[in-house]
Amino acid sequence: MKLTEQQVLHVAKLARLALTPDEVATFKNQLSAILDAVDELARVDSATTLVAPAGSEGLALLRQDVVQGEVGTEAALANAPQVAGTSFAIPKVLE
Amino acid sequence: MPRADYQVVIGLEVHAQLLTTSKLFSGASTSFGGAPNAHTSVVCLGLPGVLPVVNRHAIELAIRAGLALECRIANVSEWSRKHYFYPDLPKGYQVTQYEHPLCLGGRVVFDTPEGEKAVRLTRIHVEEDAGKLVHEGAASLVDLNRAGTPLIEIVSEPELRSADDAVEYLKALRDVLVWVGVNDGNLEEGSFRCDANVSVMKHDATTFGTRCELKNLNSFRFIKQAIEVEAQRHVELLESGGVVEQETRLFDPQRGETRSMRSKEDAHDYRYFPEPDLPPLVLGAGDVDSIREALPELPRARRARYVTSLGLSAYDAQVLTADRAFSDFFERCVAEAHEAKPVANWFMGELSRLLNETNTTVGEVKFSPAQLAALLRAVKDGVISGPGAKEVFAELFATGKDVQVIIDEKGLAQVNDDGPLLLAIEQALAESPKNVESYRGGNTKIVGYFVGQVMKKLGGKGNPKRINELLVEKLKG
Repeated sequence: MKLTEQQVLHVAKLARLALTPDEVATFKNQLSAILDAVDELARVDSATTLVAPAGSEGLALLRQDVVQGEVGTEAALANAPQVAGTSFAIPKVLE
Repeated sequence: MPRADYQVVIGLEVHAQLLTTSKLFSGASTSFGGAPNAHTSVVCLGLPGVLPVVNRHAIELAIRAGLALECRIANVSEWSRKHYFYPDLPKGYQVTQYEHPLCLGGRVVFDTPEGEKAVRLTRIHVEEDAGKLVHEGAASLVDLNRAGTPLIEIVSEPELRSADDAVEYLKALRDVLVWVGVNDGNLEEGSFRCDANVSVMKHDATTFGTRCELKNLNSFRFIKQAIEVEAQRHVELLESGGVVEQETRLFDPQRGETRSMRSKEDAHDYRYFPEPDLPPLVLGAGDVDSIREALPELPRARRARYVTSLGLSAYDAQVLTADRAFSDFFERCVAEAHEAKPVANWFMGELSRLLNETNTTVGEVKFSPAQLAALLRAVKDGVISGPGAKEVFAELFATGKDVQVIIDEKGLAQVNDDGPLLLAIEQALAESPKNVESYRGGNTKIVGYFVGQVMKKLGGKGNPKRINELLVEKLKG
């Protein structure tokens, strides 16, 4: 599958990436090659009905609704470049 | 051309927070109001190398909602990633359900002035909530306490045709969800949120117009207002030769208008794909049945039963079923008292008034159904008078004491024995021979005067019905 430059730019925009014209050309080829590889899957009969993986059925297998594993504000914010109180502080996002 | 030439077409998407203790994919608490980021885990922080684990109770609640709304429950459903970049979404994607949701179809039934209506549902799917942003000075502050909280999204077909119907639909939907214990129904705190897809079309048109999605509708009043102004905007746009652009718009309640959310304009390419970190959600034999069996009678069915089998008015049925706990307690009292109307009167009158005054809920009530039944019996048997019963009820509500004990302590027992009643009657008659003459001369209304006199002598405790009977006998001589 051959991607167009426009499609590459669209994906780049969604990913918040600013690409140079050279990069657009590079990624056009690379992404097209990736899609070709993925296209191999089209040869598999992929019915739209879901198939349950064996041994995975039943609500009993799911997690119980109990509180555990909270990390606390200190650990939660440990990697934050900027903090205000116990919030992550980021450049203002305007709605 | 006027607005009347067009009809509005509305589809609603409701996000309802599921009443779990922990989040959808991690054990962090869902409790409201902690310090920012106090309730986070490695999963809801979106840290690399961690895996989500599905909360069983969230799925049970979603199935319960689906059953209450007559959906088909899919034995196998699938998690998907919905991608967009926004600071309240730490992973860069939301885990939701897309192609294969948990609940399919279903409907919401509601009352309108034109009668009962039903709007079909497209689907109900389970997903995680995003975090919260607060804008302060030059910064935005990110709080991820809400990130990962379980939600269901209830999507209606575009079958609503007025803002009023949309509001009735939402109220009925909220009633059901709160009733079955899935959601707390709080619009202001955002645990029950609504987006509206609005378009207009001419009455004879066969295809829908272009729709806009309205957000920030956090009260029923705003929902009605927003739909109406948006429909009007579409009509004006079309009538002046313009076209409606499909977009997301924010309702501004202060100005009473909707405006475009430019930031989301090109965010609609969500690149959904199946969540590789989670296997499909597969229900076991009996999972749905056991949730179905535990489902309570739903409010509409209960209202109908109150009218047909308890003989209550539609109004009474409505008032008594406004709250599930209240209605459940009413049922228990009726079962004990073997009659509905007197119990209904106490519930809608004194009990509601006292609950209101003391700001308590029916769950905190101190008396048992058997005690209320005893009170009703005491009234029926003439042991206490109507006003006396009110006094007993107030004490019963305040203390939960035994009814007979209250009656004795307050000296509220009526005098029912003919002996003391006759004694008082004879005294009263002897004191006003003129009035006795008057009665015998045809002024039968004067019996009321004598009842009053007799009551006075008995300190207000005589059984008025019996006094009346005995008086008439005596006066007739």
